[in-house]
Order: sequence, then C-alpha cells, then structure tokens
Amino acid sequence: MTELLQHIVNTLILGSTYALLGIGLTLIFGIMRVVNFAHGELYSFGAYALYFVGVMLGLNFFLALIVAVVLGCFAGALIEVVLLRPMRGADIDTTMLVMIGAMIVMQNGEQFVWGGVAKSVSTPFPELPLVIGSISVSWLRLFVFCAALALIGVSYLLINRTKLGKAMRATFQDRDAASLMGVNIQFIYMATFAIGSSLAAAAGALLGPVYVISPQMGNLASLKAFAIVILGGLGSIGGATIGGFLLALAEELGAGYVSSGYRDAMGFLIIIVVLLFKPTGLFARAERIG
Amino acid sequence: MKRLVPYIALAAFASVPLWLHDPYLLNAFITTGILIVAAMSLNLLLGYTGQLSLGHVAFFGIGAYTSALVSLGFDVELIGGIRVVHEPWPVWTGFVIGTLVAALCGYAVGKLSFKVRGAYFVIVTISFAEVVRLVALNWVELTQGPLALTSIPPMTLGFPGVGYLDFYSKQSNYYLVLAVLVVSYIVIQRLVYSRVGRAMIALKENESLAVSVGIDVTRYLVLAAIFSAGIAGAAGSLYAHYLKIIDPDVFAFLYTVTMVIMVISGGKGTLAGPIVGGLIFGFIPVAARSFATPEIQWILYGLLMIIIVFVLPKGIVPAVEKWFSAPNTSVDPEPLQAKMHDTP
Amino acid sequence: MSTMPSNASQPVLSVEHIAVHFGGLIAITDMSFVVNQGEIVSLIGPNGAGKTTAFNVITGFLRPTKGEVRYKNTSLSNLKPHEVTSLGLARTFQRTSVFQSVTVFENVMIGLHRRSRSTLLDTLLALPREGRAEAELRSLAHELLEIVGIARRADELAGSLSYGDQRLLGVALALATDPSMLLLDEPVSGMNATETARFMELLNKLHGRGMSILLVEHDVPMVMGVSDRIVVLNYGRIIAEGPPAAIRGNPEVIRAYLGEGASRHAAH
Repeated sequence: MTELLQHIVNTLILGSTYALLGIGLTLIFGIMRVVNFAHGELYSFGAYALYFVGVMLGLNFFLALIVAVVLGCFAGALIEVVLLRPMRGADIDTTMLVMIGAMIVMQNGEQFVWGGVAKSVSTPFPELPLVIGSISVSWLRLFVFCAALALIGVSYLLINRTKLGKAMRATFQDRDAASLMGVNIQFIYMATFAIGSSLAAAAGALLGPVYVISPQMGNLASLKAFAIVILGGLGSIGGATIGGFLLALAEELGAGYVSSGYRDAMGFLIIIVVLLFKPTGLFARAERIG
Repeated sequence: MKRLVPYIALAAFASVPLWLHDPYLLNAFITTGILIVAAMSLNLLLGYTGQLSLGHVAFFGIGAYTSALVSLGFDVELIGGIRVVHEPWPVWTGFVIGTLVAALCGYAVGKLSFKVRGAYFVIVTISFAEVVRLVALNWVELTQGPLALTSIPPMTLGFPGVGYLDFYSKQSNYYLVLAVLVVSYIVIQRLVYSRVGRAMIALKENESLAVSVGIDVTRYLVLAAIFSAGIAGAAGSLYAHYLKIIDPDVFAFLYTVTMVIMVISGGKGTLAGPIVGGLIFGFIPVAARSFATPEIQWILYGLLMIIIVFVLPKGIVPAVEKWFSAPNTSVDPEPLQAKMHDTP
Repeated sequence: MSTMPSNASQPVLSVEHIAVHFGGLIAITDMSFVVNQGEIVSLIGPNGAGKTTAFNVITGFLRPTKGEVRYKNTSLSNLKPHEVTSLGLARTFQRTSVFQSVTVFENVMIGLHRRSRSTLLDTLLALPREGRAEAELRSLAHELLEIVGIARRADELAGSLSYGDQRLLGVALALATDPSMLLLDEPVSGMNATETARFMELLNKLHGRGMSILLVEHDVPMVMGVSDRIVVLNYGRIIAEGPPAAIRGNPEVIRAYLGEGASRHAAH
C-alpha cells in the first residue's frame, strides 16, 4: 500500500512534466502538422540553458529557470523560421526528415559543446525530503510539480483566453478560412513552434536538476511526447495533460511491478496498442484544440 | 548504354579487393555494403509503396540477433518454467533463419500497422523498434543484454561431407556482401518491374483508384513489408557474422535514420538510389575522420541531410537521369517514371 | 462484353431500399432501382441530392446504413471495394481518375492487375509464364487504348494529358478490369463540347458491345442523349424514374432539377 502510494506520488510529479512535453508537441503537431523530432532536443536544450545560466553564470535558480524557458522560446522561433518556413507545403514526411536532421545536429552540438559527461544542477531546496506518514517527497520534486501545473494552467489560458490562442485555434480548425479572416498564418506558426518549444524547454529545465543533464536525455523525450499526444488525442491540451499523467503512471507501475528495465517500453507499448485499436486517441471526441 | 550501367558498376565493385589492400577502407566498403542492402530493403517500402517506416532497424537487428543466436545456441527459461535449449547450428542456417524470422516480423508488423497511415504509421514503427531494442537490452538470459553477444562465428557455407567455405578474411566478406547485395537488387528489381511493383506504385499514387481497379491494397503493403523486412534481416545477419559481436545498439534509431537518408539522397523509388546514397553517406565518416571528431561528423551528417531535403528532394539519381534525358523531354519525370520506361 | 443487348430486361444491378445516415444527417432515405443487362441508366439530381453517396455505396466504398446492393444476384454488402471490382463491376472517379505520374500505358497496365496469370514465384524466378503474361497484358493494354481512342498518347505522362483525355484514360482503366458493368461518376463534368461528344461516342460504342452502364451525371442534355432510362434523385429520395422522354415532361423533375439547372445555366 505504501509502495503504491509512493508510486502515485512519483507519477504525479513525473506526469506533470510529461504533460508539459505533450502539450508543446500537441500544439505543434496539431496546428502545423509537423512531426517534430527535435522536440526532445528542445527539452535537453532547456536543461542545458538552465545549467549555463544557473551554474556557469551563477544566476539565481528561479531566475535561471525563467531565462531557460525564454531561451527555449527563441530557439523554437529560430528553428521555425530557418527550417520550417521554407518547407511550407512540403509533405509531412519531408518536414519530418528535416526535423530529424535538426535533432542530429542539436544533439551532437550539445555533445560537442558540453561534452559527454553528465552535468548536475544544485538547487536552493533543502536536501531532506518532506515526509508525510510513510511517503517522502523531496522539496525539489514538489516544486517541479507545482511549477509544471502552473505552466499547464498558463498554456490553457493562453489558448483559450487570449487573442493569439483564438487565432491558433482557428488555424487548427481550418487554416485557409483563418487566413481569409485575416489571421497571419506565418506568425501563428512561428508562435506555435516557439510556445511548444518553450514548454519542452521548461520540462527539461524542471527535470534537469531532478536527474542529471546529458546530451542523450532528449533521445526518448521526443518519442515519449508522441506517446502522450497519441494517448490524449491530437490538439487537445486537456488530453495531453491526462496523457502525460497516464504515461507516467504506466511507467511507474511498469518499473515498480514488472521490471525497471521495461520502464521506457511502456510508452511504446501504449502507442502501439492505442493506435491499433483506437487511432483517434483515448480522449478525442473529434479533432479539436483547447 | 543505360542498360550497361549496372554491369559496369558490378564489375567495378567486384574489382575493389583486387587493388584495395587498406584494411580500414575495405572494412568501410563492407559495412557500407551491408547498410546499402538494408537501405535497398527500406526503399522497397518507402520508395515504392510510399510508407515511411522509421522502425526499419528492428528487422535488421532481429536478423542479426536471430542469426547470431542460431549459430551460437542458447538456453533460456520462458515464463512458466519451460526451458528452451538450442544447440549451435551451422552459420548459413542462421542466415536463412534470420532472414525468415525478420520477414515473419515484417508480416506481423505490416498486418497490424497498415491500419494507420502517415505520421501515425511512422510512430508505430518507431515504437516497435524501441520495444524490440528494450527486449534485447533486458532479456539478458537470451541476448546477454548490454554485455553483447560475443564470439559470433563468421559465415560458413557448405554441407557436411561436401566441404566448407569460411568467410574469415575481409576480402571474402566483401564478396559475400556483394553477392547478397546483387541478389537483393535482383529480387527488388523483379518485384518492382512486375504487376506486384505496379500495384505498389498504384497504391502509393492513389489508393482509392488502385482499389477500384481491383488491387488488394493491404495485401501488397504486407507483401512489400515481408520482402523489405526479410532483406533487412539478411543484412543484419551479415553484420552480426562480420563484426562477430552485436549489442542492443544495433537497434538504435540513428541506424534507421542512416538508411532513410541513404534512400532519400540517392533517390527513393529508384533501384540505384540506395546504392548511390549509401556510398555517399557510408563514406562521409571515412572522409571526415581525419579532421573531425565523431560529434562533428554527425553534425555534418545532420546538416547534409537537411541540405539534401532542401536542394534535392527527389534525390541524386533522378536528378542525374533528368540531366541526361533533358533535351528530349519537356515534362518533369517522377523518379519511378524514368525507371518504368525501361521495363524489360 | 460478350452478352448482346437482346436479352435485356434481366436486372444485373439491383439497389434495394438503401439508406445512408451520417450521424444525424440523412444522405439517402430509401432508394431502390435496377439496371438491366446492357442498359444505360443515369442517376441525376441537383447538387447534394445524394448521387455521389449512392455511387460510393454501390461500389463498396461506403457501407449503407440500411438496405442492400446486389450484382448478378450476389450481395455486395460484405465485400471490400477490390472484391466488388472482381465481380465485374468497375467504376471511375470524378476528380483523380488516373495515376498522374506514370505513363498512359503504365496506367492501363496497372488497371490490368487482375488479368495477369503470373504468380509471385513466376515473377521472382523470371519463369517463362511471367514473360508470356506480361506480353499478353501489353497487347491488351494497347487494345484498350485503341478502344477509348488515346493510343497516340501511350507514352505520355497521364498527368500531362488534357482533361478530356484523362477521363478517357479513366474509362480505359475501368475497362481494364474486364467489367460487365461500368459505373461512371460525372464523366463529362468539365469537358468541352468536342470532348463530351467524343465521350458519348465511346459510351455508345460500349453500349453496342452489351456493356451495362450506370452514369451519375450533371450534364442533362448529355444524359438525355445517351440513357435508356433515368433515375432522378432529390434530397436523398427518388422522385422520378423512366425513359428520357417521360423524365423531360415530368413536372416534379422540372421543378426540382431542371428548373434549378436552367436558372444555373442562365447564370453562367
């Protein structure tokens, strides 16, 4: 029982960051129809940005987090303008190849700049965990959970309550109609990719200090993000949030009760099963965004 | 003239071990040749049926592990305490069984995953490859996990009482790979220049129309997956017996990416494309090794990939063909198109 | 193609109480009609009347909510589209009716898919039967291009053909499956007068060979000219059925379709 409770607590923390990853990808995939293999690299970019600003430049941890997210946003906008804008109208496979190229360049760029040795980031949180009954949670993880939830809330408000969000939803529904209504599609695409990237960077910056930061950390992140999007259905923030928690739950339970070696297999098994039996995702009523 | 190109190329490649004695370069030729066979198999799916499988390395790895395990033997206990013991078999049976098991996996994956298309198909295939990689990593009793399967015997051909042919030397392995490459080329050529190939092209071009003329789309997709996976498995088997060691990294996503970029850069849907693209991308590390660290090599690789997609989206072979046929055609020939003109 | 029109009045295709609902939307209410052996029947109706839906149901691309389609007494209910084709029922498409990026000749070769007698083994081992089967297909392909009248274009890319020629190639593709009945989806829409005339000539030629034909069409004069019988659809319901002369005088049809058609023609 205690063990199960501990798994659930871990699930909530891991799931909240997975949700961030998933929301970022579901926006990009849903609105732009780009299969973004570089998503995981923006996740590790966020972690390295935190390391650079927080450890090397010595900025305050919380400020460094914010800077990392902003840098992720700029990196995303840059990728969109340089790599994706010229590829408008190309088929989905072609842009996918470009993004795989970007993934290879970014990952090896990180390896080149930072070396293969994993980096760790110290945080201002106390070492001793918070203990409630038989459950223990580190303060850092608790902070990660709260920060991730706050960012999920911000994304939700951004999409549902702002003019930009409204334009994004319109573009998702019908690009041509949105364009006719005066929505600047080029800008919406750039904004979408920038927001999606900054969410991935946020997930990386939040999880980086929990684990360690290495060039390979982005490898599985892209694929996990796809698992989350597929679970939650395309273009749904609520779906991606639930998908993130479900993937985390499957991984925690898989690692706890099956074998820790198969932790990462859970996401892939979920993808295979969901796509083969309910290709629209578990929670999608129809393709919609919001 | 154009008909002679494959024979001239074959003669040129067959002569390589006669004048090239640098073991490093010969090794590069062999591993590149193995990857070209894998890329050719991917081209059958990607180029002719239009389905982008990014889990193709799974079939390569399955072929490699199956072939290695058949020739090494194993002793595992399955769930429920059933013990399976396998004594080592001759290496060539490993090659055959590895090919067949990979083809069987191709059948199963094809049967299941062609329900979804486009981006979802891509993601299902990657997931399949990752699951297989994690099994190879974690089923230590069978695969030795991260410790790798070692002392894999080199390929041997022959039968008891008749005599054996061992492939120890680099030269002999070179010819073995070349032979498998030629056979794979012929198999793929036979397929794509027949009604099977026409059916594949039809379903890539316009699925509804293909169905309306009575083509059973699923059947031909699965057929392509079977041949594609089988040939990839054969390449994997060659790889295992040439390197004599394999670990779960043979399932790495980057190998699939390498195959894909070989196909795309050379020209998908052309027979020569994977060979041309394969030689280029196989020898980039060789050319770059003197001045670049592995990271820089990979960065160059990734940049080149982006540049090729931007500049030559149809690949080198169609571009060259277009160049040669430019004066007498006004229309833009699709990659396949140019090929289908010389159907024998 | 061997049966002569003499043994007509034998229904080959019968559509029995078909209904199609898309969620709450009712596309077809209750549709029944037959096409007899060797007959040209046209299904007409204003835009959105349910013509294309009916067409897709008959060819197995869409499952009806209710009812059944029978072809030569075989129910098509549980057949996949490619299986419907193999019963001898071939269709053309409204828009993308050809494989754009291969040659006209290769298009017909693709269409002849089911006619080849070579097996996978023949293909892989290059057995003599493969060569014979391919040679047979090539001569059939030439023959079909002659029939529809675009043999001169055999080596051109299908995508580079004129609109009318693409439609003719679409018919050649359908004929390649060796059908006993053709279903044509708005074959002359977008054609100019010369092209339409050529097309009608082809239809008459096929009719003369005993082919049963179901046309779904917009072009009323063309339909009046070639059809033996006309079925008029409006709002998913059959509102009239009969020979062209009777349809021309039917007040309900004039109101529902021709009236609207006339005003639409006037608007152009």
